[in-house]
Amino acid sequence: MTKINDFVVRFANVNGTGSASANSMFAKAIFRMGVPVTPKNIFPSNIQGLPTWYEVRVSEKGYLGRREGIDLMVSVNPQSMMKDVESVRSGGYFIYDSTKPLHKEYIREDITYLGIPLMGICMEQYTDPRQRQLFKNIIYVGALSALLDIEFTVLEQLLAEQFKGKEKLVALNVQALQLGVKYVQENFTFPLEIRVERRDLVGKRILFDGNGACGLGAVYAGATVAAWYPITPSTSVVEKFEKYAKKFRTDKVTGEKNFAIVQAEDELAAIGMVVGANWNGARSFTATSGPGVSLMNEFLGLGYFAEIPAVLIDVQRTGPSTGMPTRTQQSDITVSAYASHGDTKHVLLFPSNPKDCFELTADAFDLAERLQTPIIVLTDLDLGMNDHMSEPFEWNPERKYDRGKVYTAEDLENMGRFGRYLDSDGDGIPYRTYPGTHPTKGSYFTRGTSRDEYAVYTEDSAVYVKNMQRLEKKWDTAKEIVPKPYFYQEKNMSPLGVIFFGTSTYSSEEAIDLLREQDVVLDAMQLKSFPFNKEVEQFIEDHEVVFVIEQNRDAQMRSLLVNELEINPKKLIRVLNYDGMPITADKIVKEISKNLVTN
Amino acid sequence: MTYVRPTFRHPDLPKNNINFTKKDYEGALSTLCAGCGHDSISGAIAQACFELSVEPHRIAKLSGIGCSSKTPAYFLGNSHGFNTVHGRMPSVATGAYLANRDLLYFGVSGDGDSASIGMGQFVHAIRRNLNMVYLVMNNGCYGLTKGQDSATADNGSKSKAGSVNPFNAIDLVGLSMELGATFVARSFSGDKAQLIPLIKAAIKHPGFAFIDVISPCVTFNNNVGSTKSYDYVREHIEATSTVDFVPIMEEITADYEDGKEITLHDGSALQLQKLHQGWNPEDKLSAMIALQNAKDKGEILTGLVYIDPNTNALHDVLQTTQTPLNILKEDILCPGIDALEALNESLR
Ligand SMILES: Cc1ncc(C[n+]2csc(CCOP(=O)(O)OP(=O)(O)O)c2C)c(N)n1
Ligand code: SF4
Ligand SMILES: [Mg+2]
Repeated sequence: MTKINDFVVRFANVNGTGSASANSMFAKAIFRMGVPVTPKNIFPSNIQGLPTWYEVRVSEKGYLGRREGIDLMVSVNPQSMMKDVESVRSGGYFIYDSTKPLHKEYIREDITYLGIPLMGICMEQYTDPRQRQLFKNIIYVGALSALLDIEFTVLEQLLAEQFKGKEKLVALNVQALQLGVKYVQENFTFPLEIRVERRDLVGKRILFDGNGACGLGAVYAGATVAAWYPITPSTSVVEKFEKYAKKFRTDKVTGEKNFAIVQAEDELAAIGMVVGANWNGARSFTATSGPGVSLMNEFLGLGYFAEIPAVLIDVQRTGPSTGMPTRTQQSDITVSAYASHGDTKHVLLFPSNPKDCFELTADAFDLAERLQTPIIVLTDLDLGMNDHMSEPFEWNPERKYDRGKVYTAEDLENMGRFGRYLDSDGDGIPYRTYPGTHPTKGSYFTRGTSRDEYAVYTEDSAVYVKNMQRLEKKWDTAKEIVPKPYFYQEKNMSPLGVIFFGTSTYSSEEAIDLLREQDVVLDAMQLKSFPFNKEVEQFIEDHEVVFVIEQNRDAQMRSLLVNELEINPKKLIRVLNYDGMPITADKIVKEISKNLVTN
Repeated sequence: MTYVRPTFRHPDLPKNNINFTKKDYEGALSTLCAGCGHDSISGAIAQACFELSVEPHRIAKLSGIGCSSKTPAYFLGNSHGFNTVHGRMPSVATGAYLANRDLLYFGVSGDGDSASIGMGQFVHAIRRNLNMVYLVMNNGCYGLTKGQDSATADNGSKSKAGSVNPFNAIDLVGLSMELGATFVARSFSGDKAQLIPLIKAAIKHPGFAFIDVISPCVTFNNNVGSTKSYDYVREHIEATSTVDFVPIMEEITADYEDGKEITLHDGSALQLQKLHQGWNPEDKLSAMIALQNAKDKGEILTGLVYIDPNTNALHDVLQTTQTPLNILKEDILCPGIDALEALNESLR
């Protein structure tokens, strides 16, 4: 069976052996040939020596979710070989290093073995042990290019870009590629049944990681203060922020920077710095993952109650506790929505691809200052640490930052008594002042204790209740201004609905198509934010059964919907995946089909 | 009880160089216990700012949680204040300082707030050399939660309930020196003559200025047997020197024959008279030895313990622009669409 532009390749490598750049060159080459790809890193919480996998799904139809079943395995890690042999689907291919003969126990009758003496070739060609290691990776990419019909000139071009100015390196790498090609030409029938054909399906799209897009979004949104504490999988958000801030915000002459980044002593301090900077009128953010969110709770409550903007990017990973630190999940929804003690709730944003990451991060800063409250961007490891094919970034050159309601010295000069927590506009959002604005007017004492409209401490019950009600009114205002859900249909067509968000989107979209082929029609809604507005409620209202697809055990989004909306919980059916791997369309189809039978 | 003072201003009140009266540096009426050491310190802070002619709105007050951390409500009513969460004032101060390098940051904390729950943030604020004053109102106990021992309570000191503290005290002065603070002082809430010049010098110091102020808690820790009681402190205080602060351009009149003058960053001077033997506040080692000797004798060494007037604060280290970050606008902050298009192109 020939499968053109529709297969999954998996590379089994050892952590820290330089395979990452060779593997991503492979994915990029297919992308450059106009064919949609989804690369994914599957890696351990370790620096060197443990198995890592890199998986590339090639999909003519443009499906970007993960797909179960490996069509071609590139096995360069003896440690994981048994598991790797088993994971190939029947009829698939297994490429291995045949420098030593393959042991009998690895032989399956239903797959094709392609042995390439990778180490042997390297021993013969190179003397430097490091070169032997590195070029092994390039040689198998060369072999794959012949086997899968990937255009050699595209690979050459990629190498030329990667090693720009280092012509010698380019030549060495091209030569290594050729070694792989040559071996295939001399030993195998090629190309294989699975292969790549040039198409024009990519258009203007880009290949980029979600964390980088968040960091870039923060630069574009005018964030000036970043505070953070390293944690996988969020670390590269601030690293990319730093990279782009250095590039775009450093004075060429003086070297002075229009930003400040502090690596804090822990997440408590990181969010504290963010709160302090925002209180003082700078746009500031932090990025973390689940354990960090747990630590940040107290400050998030302060931000909510004292009404201080803050932006927190939570790149979710598999919990609870330290969980599986290098696996993905959407399991910080509850802890984020209600972070901190007392009656507290927070605005959440759910990006589902790099373009979303860029835009929603930028929006988060506007929302934080407009609403004077912490905003949490919930992305995840899959989105954050993998490259995704995405629409290109856009920025409206007319866009002005929404700095929210802030009185200037002039405003203060021309007004009566300033009341920090007065609901002057009836939308629950008060006016604030930055420290240092006016010599005699506008100062106030910010605190997490209860206070009256003029920020004066009080334990008067009526005043406390009035303030809490105003915060609730502000929450209602938030519903109107947070990003609206995306509907896949203009008009509802089915009694069945489906709700998803974030990285569950890719596989959900694919599952909808697959189910339609089986005559199951689903109306679909992609959530972009919390709090939920009327349209979310209406969608559930309008359907008899609504499947809620998410990547955690406890159906946290479903709980949030049930908790926040006046709906019948029985309507909401859980579709869950929480094994740490990105959810697949097959899994969704299976779960939904199972429920359709029993319903 | 009313928390807001009547706004009546006496027309004849003396004014400082920028035309503010002392009242302009006062805050709301204190709700602390009568006689609490913390109130005297609040008064000293207000007085120091008045005398220095600091524009009240150019100061930002920050604190954690505790009786001590409530005090920023009771001084500098025309300054923004932020009563943060327990033990976390240093991080909020860090963020605030990063956002606007042009304000003066005055942090107030307690011994529980800094030496227990907030120890981590305290040491890192020193390590980063924030340009701020960090004043701990040290009463050796948790006042606000009714008198439990704190980590600065001396080994062997007795609480009001009669129990004896079996643990060693953390000495924040020694610790901050060890961590590289470039202005380290200790004083006593009852000694305004010493405290006010120290606060003034701390405000002028261009880096992290730490002042540990022994401040007896009259309600829970002023009993016989407590080393943070008024009586104990009065009997065992050992000043490193008599301190006087001379603002820039002012004529130096005092006689400081056996003393020392330290020129601060902006040209003003700190005069130290009657120096403690064998101790030089610009020599870290001799300062540490003096501190240790006093401790061994059960004495409380007060005054300016150590100073290095030339110091690089965090913004200098980070090479941040001289313009406060919080006033930068889109034109400077946003790289624009051409840069974005180029980036898109590089990702294809
Ligand atoms: C997270 C947290 N834990 C505990 C408390 C309760 N608490 C309030 S003040 C305080 C101790 C304050 O001691 P200190 O800083 O020495 O201030 P003092 O009242 O003695 O001036 C404690 C434990 C709190 N507010 N927050
Ligand atoms: S309890 Fe102690 S520290 Fe608190 S206000 Fe009273 S005297 Fe001061
Ligand atoms: Mg105390």
